[in-house]
Amino acid sequence: MTTTREIEPQTQELDRVTIRFAGDSGDGMQLTGTQFTRTAAVYGNDISTLPDFPAEIRAPAGSLPGVSGFQISFSSTDIHTPGDEPDVLVAMNPAALKTNVGDLPAGGALIVNSDAFTAANLSKAGYAANPLTDGSLKQYALFEIPISTLNERSLDGLDMTSKQKDLTKNFFALGIMFWLYGRDYDGTVRWIDDKFGKRPVIAEANTRALKAGYAFGETTEIFHTHYRVAPAHLAPGTYRNITGNEATALGMLAASKLAKRPLFYGSYPITPASDILHQLSGYKSFGVKTFQAEDEIAAIGAAIGASYGGALGLTASSGPGIALKSEALGLAVMVELPLVVIDVQRAGPSTGMPTKTEQADLLQVMFGRNSDSPVPVVAPATPGECFDLAIEAWRLALKYVTPVVYLSDAFLATGAEPWKIPSLEDLPDISVRNWTEKETFHPYDRDPKTLARKWAVPGTPGLEHRIGGLEKADISGNVSYDPDNHHRMQLLRQAKVARIADDVPEIEVFGPDRGDLLILGWGSTYGAIRSAVERMQAQGRSVAHAHLRHLNPFPSNTEKVLRSYRRVLIPEVNLGQLLMLIRAQFLIDAEGYNRVRGKPFRIAEIVEQAEKILGVGD
Amino acid sequence: MTDTTNTTNGQEQPALSPENAEVIQLTRKDFVSDQEVRWCPGCGDYSILAQTQKQMPDFGVPKEKIVFISGIGCSGRLPYYMNTYGFHTIHGRAPTLATGLKAARPDLMVWVITGDGDALSIGGNHVLHSMRRNVDITMVMFNNRIYGLTKGQASPTSEFGKRTKSTPAGTVDTPIQPLTVALAAEASFVARSVDTHTEHLQHTLQRAGLHHGSTFVEVLQNCNIFNDGAWRDFTDREVREDRMLLLEHGKPMTFGKDRDKGIRLRGLHPEVVTIGENGVSEADLLVHDETAEEPYLALMLSRMFWPEFPVPVGVFRAVPRPTHDQLIQQQISAAVAASGEGDLAAVLASGETWTVE
Repeated sequence: MTTTREIEPQTQELDRVTIRFAGDSGDGMQLTGTQFTRTAAVYGNDISTLPDFPAEIRAPAGSLPGVSGFQISFSSTDIHTPGDEPDVLVAMNPAALKTNVGDLPAGGALIVNSDAFTAANLSKAGYAANPLTDGSLKQYALFEIPISTLNERSLDGLDMTSKQKDLTKNFFALGIMFWLYGRDYDGTVRWIDDKFGKRPVIAEANTRALKAGYAFGETTEIFHTHYRVAPAHLAPGTYRNITGNEATALGMLAASKLAKRPLFYGSYPITPASDILHQLSGYKSFGVKTFQAEDEIAAIGAAIGASYGGALGLTASSGPGIALKSEALGLAVMVELPLVVIDVQRAGPSTGMPTKTEQADLLQVMFGRNSDSPVPVVAPATPGECFDLAIEAWRLALKYVTPVVYLSDAFLATGAEPWKIPSLEDLPDISVRNWTEKETFHPYDRDPKTLARKWAVPGTPGLEHRIGGLEKADISGNVSYDPDNHHRMQLLRQAKVARIADDVPEIEVFGPDRGDLLILGWGSTYGAIRSAVERMQAQGRSVAHAHLRHLNPFPSNTEKVLRSYRRVLIPEVNLGQLLMLIRAQFLIDAEGYNRVRGKPFRIAEIVEQAEKILGVGD
Repeated sequence: MTDTTNTTNGQEQPALSPENAEVIQLTRKDFVSDQEVRWCPGCGDYSILAQTQKQMPDFGVPKEKIVFISGIGCSGRLPYYMNTYGFHTIHGRAPTLATGLKAARPDLMVWVITGDGDALSIGGNHVLHSMRRNVDITMVMFNNRIYGLTKGQASPTSEFGKRTKSTPAGTVDTPIQPLTVALAAEASFVARSVDTHTEHLQHTLQRAGLHHGSTFVEVLQNCNIFNDGAWRDFTDREVREDRMLLLEHGKPMTFGKDRDKGIRLRGLHPEVVTIGENGVSEADLLVHDETAEEPYLALMLSRMFWPEFPVPVGVFRAVPRPTHDQLIQQQISAAVAASGEGDLAAVLASGETWTVE
């Protein structure tokens, strides 16, 4: 065991620490990361996470494509991102080291499982020489720990094979990190008991591994510093840890209660949206009906059928599946039924990089249908906000009797943050009544204010009527090929969606009301932009941040806000899609900053780009 | 079973069943909408529409509880002409909307109207899966062996070598037998009738509508513009008794003007025999059993076609099986019985929580 730095033993207070766990996809790194996350969250830190895993379930062990990582940033202050770069990298094998060490800044702590640095593993990772001995890691604080050996020793006497024992080594690594950051392992022990209660030997092994790792940290002298990250000052309330997909599912469940209508969820498995199906399928006691369809088209078709029957018809997918759903979404536009379509965006085009994030489906959901086919589009900015926007999507769908698209992405879906649990009394009533009066019923007669059509559901006596994908005559809803009627109906469909602008919150500006630069974002770039703007404001720069949750239509004050700044910068994880919409709609010469690497923005990238525009450089 | 979660405007709706149906007296006219029917003069669809309207009152189901869902093609227009709820959807996808509607609203009687192109080409996947799930829908497929609405291209049931606008040298695609597909997909009710055989069609639709579960009815329908006479060789009045086999449950398979011909099993194959010739008696003939648990017999019948065999019509298969909406509802009821109705506040606060003062 060697260490490359000598520091006096001490407890050091830190504001924020970012740890990345990296190992083989069979090494349990996602589990290790989530356990550390919940422990930090329960302790009261603000947290933000970035799971990063391969699409292959089990890529060849020890190979570079098989590396799975989980980054967590935890802090005593309010944070918005999982951290630009880790302070600590835990690498369970040479491949994990090779693919991740480039992100570790000089001086960063590097903990490696030295047992895994065998000739075979080094060769699979493409190392000609052992980096632990060739001096190439000199710039890091390197801690070589024979985790596999120590772990196996701690499991002596348990009726398990060596291979089974080795599967628990992630808990040993977790134990070390718990000690290093002064965290208590009791919560994880309880979790292990819950999870493996039926297999007592496995539960015992994982618990022993965890405690052995902790004890190793405590009794050996390789770590000279023990760190403390104090609880963050979050607003008073009861909190839990939540990922975007969890919050989305909970929001949809809440919307069903608030709308007083049963939820029907039609879905076809696709990464990274499948977890929403898994979660909603567990809510049967709420009357939630989930339907794993034969394909993406059937999933949306069934959701439209359920909505037609008066339920909340919901479907979800990712970009490729949304492409398949687009004809049916057009049908929902034509028949004007409430429907919510979730798109958990991932890197594309085509199959792209299924587990990696991107926000490049905006133009697809705006325009990816035949003809002019307007749908409202909403997009949450943080994992917790997925809950609120789910309810908002349904509020709009029901009030305006229209399909609505809800844009999440892989980063939001799998990333976690502390979430203040809302009380039910604070949630809006989004219920609407179906039309039941016979005398005044025409299926395409509209509410003069919202332009919502009169929505009557099957089962209502005397209101039998027919709808469908053929053009409708205004008011009567009968099939019509009349040229003037078609023109009028196209305008009505457009106006109905456009009017929503007056019914959504105005965009708020973080920073000065007017000034040199506004950074405008949408979706999961929120954290990086907000952190960058905070950093620049602290340096006295005239920079503000505005974030769009409603992308179609834009909130009513959007143009006014944009025109209050000399320059507008729009960072997006696409090649300039919101940028195109803003420029087209407002003729504002906004500038894009576009990085599509399957990863969220780093704060420093945005600061750098903003400073370039402002003409300052450090 | 009672469905407690299904609501319309907050009112509970009992699941559809004969016991729940009010005693109402409706006539054919009640089911005729105010829309002008727009199929080509002489089209077989007129008869199918008329027989459908004629037998609807016999179900005793209030018309607001009936929904007709269609896809694209000439058949897709039918819902506009029924004075019930109706939804003309997109090409091939009617079964998917019907599946969602029936799952959400078990109280409704749901019909799916489709054609050979809509059901077996673009919508083939949904036919398979709605049938295997035993979705409680009545699917009526108009089979005219041609694409009519797009003006005469080959369909998945067009005979091999058929010359059409899209296949001037003859199609090189082997056709599929719709009923073989439905049986393979585990449909719980499978039947065939003919557009012009009005009484038989009415009777078949009645049986189909009463069945609970995935119901597939093939109606041999004539497109007099693009494929006139597609079925004439065996459906015409003068020849039909000799060239079609009327299936009747529990009865030997006989046919012919004098009912002197029949179907006998020889090895693994059916053969046409004449009663009284070569020592064949009625006792040698196959006896139809639409309720057989395994559909071997029905599958064999679905492969029999003119000119090798008389074309079977009637109910091929009718077996009881729990329906998709019932199974979904049972899981919900079981979950409620096990843990009570869901508590939203408790779910929001589930997992580990902590309080910030």
